[in-house]
Amino acid sequence: MEEVDVEPTVTNIPGIRYGKHMGFAWGPGDILVYETQFKASGPSLSGPAGPFIHQVRKDEDIYSPILRKLFNESHHIFVGLQTIKEDLPSKSKRTQFVSISRNYRSVIRACMEELQQVAVSTRDTEMATQYGNQVSILLAIELIWNLCEVLYIDAAPAGSLLLHLLDWVRLHKADVDEKARDVLQSDSPAEHHNYWDVVVSYVLQGSLVEARQMLVKQATLQPASRNMFKLMDSLLGKMPFFNPGGTETVTEFDVKWSNWHKEVESYLKDNSFASNHHLELICKILVGDEDTLLEQKELLSTWYHFLVTRLLYCHPTVKPFELHYYAQSCLTMFLDSRSVQEPLDSILLAAFEYDICLVIKDCSIVLNNWWFVAHLTDLLDHCKLLHSHNLNFGSNMREFLLLEYASGLFTHHSLWQCAVDYFDHCPELGRACLELQIERVPLDTERKALKVLRICEERQMSEQVRSICKIMAMRALRNNRLGSALSWSIRAKDAAFATLISERFLQDYCAKGTFSDLDLIDNLGPAMLLSDRLTFLGKYREFHKLYGEKRFKEAAKLLLSLMTAKIAPQSFWMTLLTDALPLLEQTEVIFSADQTNELMYCLEELTSSLNSTAPGADRPMQQEDVEQTKVELLRLSLARNLAMAVVKEGTMET
Amino acid sequence: MESAKYVSQKISKTRWRPVSYSSLQQPDIFATGSWDNENNKVSVWSIGNPGGSGLEDGFEGEPQLICEYKHDGDVLDLQFLDQERIVTVSSTGAVTIFRHHQNSQTISVSQQWARAHWYPCDNSPSTGVACNSPEIVSVGEDGRIIVFRADQEGVVRVIENADSSTLNAVTYLRTTEVLTVNSIGQLKMWDLRQQSNSPSQILLLSGDRVPLYCVDRHPNQQHIVATGGQDGMLCVWDVRQGNMPFSLMEAHSAEMWEVHFHPTNPDHLFTCSEDGSLLHWETSSPSEMPSFLQGGGNSSMTSRSAMAPAGGNQSIISAWLRGDSSKSRLETTHMLPSQTLSVNSLDVLGQCLICGTDGEAIFVNRQVPV
Repeated sequence: MEEVDVEPTVTNIPGIRYGKHMGFAWGPGDILVYETQFKASGPSLSGPAGPFIHQVRKDEDIYSPILRKLFNESHHIFVGLQTIKEDLPSKSKRTQFVSISRNYRSVIRACMEELQQVAVSTRDTEMATQYGNQVSILLAIELIWNLCEVLYIDAAPAGSLLLHLLDWVRLHKADVDEKARDVLQSDSPAEHHNYWDVVVSYVLQGSLVEARQMLVKQATLQPASRNMFKLMDSLLGKMPFFNPGGTETVTEFDVKWSNWHKEVESYLKDNSFASNHHLELICKILVGDEDTLLEQKELLSTWYHFLVTRLLYCHPTVKPFELHYYAQSCLTMFLDSRSVQEPLDSILLAAFEYDICLVIKDCSIVLNNWWFVAHLTDLLDHCKLLHSHNLNFGSNMREFLLLEYASGLFTHHSLWQCAVDYFDHCPELGRACLELQIERVPLDTERKALKVLRICEERQMSEQVRSICKIMAMRALRNNRLGSALSWSIRAKDAAFATLISERFLQDYCAKGTFSDLDLIDNLGPAMLLSDRLTFLGKYREFHKLYGEKRFKEAAKLLLSLMTAKIAPQSFWMTLLTDALPLLEQTEVIFSADQTNELMYCLEELTSSLNSTAPGADRPMQQEDVEQTKVELLRLSLARNLAMAVVKEGTMET
Repeated sequence: MESAKYVSQKISKTRWRPVSYSSLQQPDIFATGSWDNENNKVSVWSIGNPGGSGLEDGFEGEPQLICEYKHDGDVLDLQFLDQERIVTVSSTGAVTIFRHHQNSQTISVSQQWARAHWYPCDNSPSTGVACNSPEIVSVGEDGRIIVFRADQEGVVRVIENADSSTLNAVTYLRTTEVLTVNSIGQLKMWDLRQQSNSPSQILLLSGDRVPLYCVDRHPNQQHIVATGGQDGMLCVWDVRQGNMPFSLMEAHSAEMWEVHFHPTNPDHLFTCSEDGSLLHWETSSPSEMPSFLQGGGNSSMTSRSAMAPAGGNQSIISAWLRGDSSKSRLETTHMLPSQTLSVNSLDVLGQCLICGTDGEAIFVNRQVPV
């Protein structure tokens, strides 16, 4: 096994006394533990020490009602993504992928907002902290996803890249707008204590239009420095921003920007803003002075904001592969000895370094379920950004992560249905995993069983279909619902079970003398052909119906065919022959001579087989007598019938 | 206008609360039941009125949860008994009446018959319920039909062994007659006035015994019934002329879970299915003119069915029974924007349609073209 990257976390199990040995068993998503009586030294008793089994779950998120929406909505997006046609030109595919990425992100945001509302409104402090944690995790996830979208999916070239990064930073820094609102709503905005913070923040973010609007308010208050403010305003207004839709190339833009930069530098050297230290500060920022930027740590609050601001004012035409130089240096500069590098920071750094695998690996370690990495990897894979990594398990990283995620979902009592689609889109091992998991879904009601069956049938998993139908049929049989049991075995095309059920029906008939569940047997239809015994049951019932309708000739023919075509089991022949008695005893001749001969033959076959079985002493004398009497009666009737038939057939019709 | 609301529970049933016919209001309150959860719930939601007051900003008309109550077992069917009471049947075999208290906006259990459907050693889920206030009829996997009266403790009548297979749905044909469908493809009519335990009539499809899962009666013409089953085919029956459905239409590629005639505009029919689609069927019904006067023009008007509708005034024969499924007179529209997981339930009232899916989403459409 490879070495671990982080120290494993320790979880204390309440209810198990300290120092005791625990027994355990792994489950698909959890561990069951219990306390044992094992002693490290000396004799120990075997067996559990307490009546409780504890279930330790790693992933609580799937049981959170708000996060469940995340799983369901993203499932919908995932399925949509898989069905994008392959043959579209790459440009339009890219826009589609970007919009899918935005869909995912908006789902994350919606969950985050809802969690935020609940965190604020709940009174339970423990729940509030839990919600708060979930909110910050979602925030981090969305931040990372957004960066990946900018760098990998949208993959803007130099020029536009910085603009996207600016948007990214602005989106994740909400407090600037809040502060600005406060300031603007006050009586005298220019004198508000946060006023200059807001202006500087806008400049740091590259929101120069808003910065200028704010500065105008200050300018009106200080008419003496009007020229200075005008100068600043013009500098801010002249700063070139790359226009991706325009005709200007990056090189041309670079030239324009350098010129502007030189102009600002010259004004700084001239001390044009020396009298107002705020404006001088802004001027230094515009020039891209590192030390000044670092001094604004509070306003920047994160090293990646520092990175983007620095790029904005030093190197706006940064190319994608140059990012990582700046990223590493910014991170080091920003984090002084007091602050420590958080996992989020290393993930973002890895993202800037275009080390996708490291991003995914780090995220997998930090997060407690696979949702994020599975969906992001799948999307990146569709963008053809992942090189195939051979892993010990699974064919590639995407499939591995999707399988892990889906298996986790399958342990949930309700979300297993979503998981099915994920398995479907794992070409190598998905089907095998699904086959194993789908059989273990607990089936409490027929409706659930029907849904599971539909899933299996659509994927031609005939083994699973048979097994599920058998479970349902056995359950029905145990509750004496023969009709249900039969309809399950018909669905599974399970001949053996159908035979079993027919035997039950026939036994019932022999015991009670009538058929139960006539509505089923009368209407078997083509299902009758599933098993011989079932066919016999259907035909036998038909015989009774014909007899009841007094259609004796047809009844007789049917009865005979049941024996001669060997549809009836031999054990039943006696009953059939006994049924034939009343037909033989009719005044009208029903059985023809040939038919009578066949009946006799059948009788002989039956008696000879009965005789060949040891006429054991275990058969009570009375039963033997009864049997003998029956046989004799039959022989008599048959003989009489034969005589009458011969006479009738020999007589000429006149 | 479609809106999807994700509700963190798989929805097995949704029903509009009935509105009185005198008021022309569109319905605004509906109830849902969940299934397959460790803690299932019966919930009541409101969508407010378009342009109504008191809605938060955000998506207008998005369903808001009013109240909910724990439900033991899956909610396998749910009906409004009247404006305040909801009847549910459960996978534990229980039949429960909930009362929605409108002033306090809460739900409580008003009455319950636990293990109304049962097996000797297991639970038998109850699969369907029909109401004709104050009478309630429920059916279950145990093949029993049970009649209750609200506010009367104990059961009014049990028809034992009504069916050898599972009864999947039940509906009232007349005040004293109910119709059930089962897992071997049979419709059975039961006259509740009679004491016998056998049906007054059995209808079935010849050929494969395809299980039927849903049934609905035409709102105006009590002999017309639509069913849907495992093969996703929509069948329309005339129960006066038994033994075969009048028309068969291919509807869905998987089990059809619910079929509903529109209550006030019965030329429209809605079906939903395991395959994730919800279809709106519209049959064009010419006015009261008898068909023979419509001759000439449209040849598709001629009934091509082998079974001419039984006697009577031809002009009031429903469009559903006229001829076979010639597509030119039957329009089908998909109501949901894209394929979802199974749509388990739908209900339509006025111009409003709701449906619930296994993707844990509720869709509301308030401008159904009827």
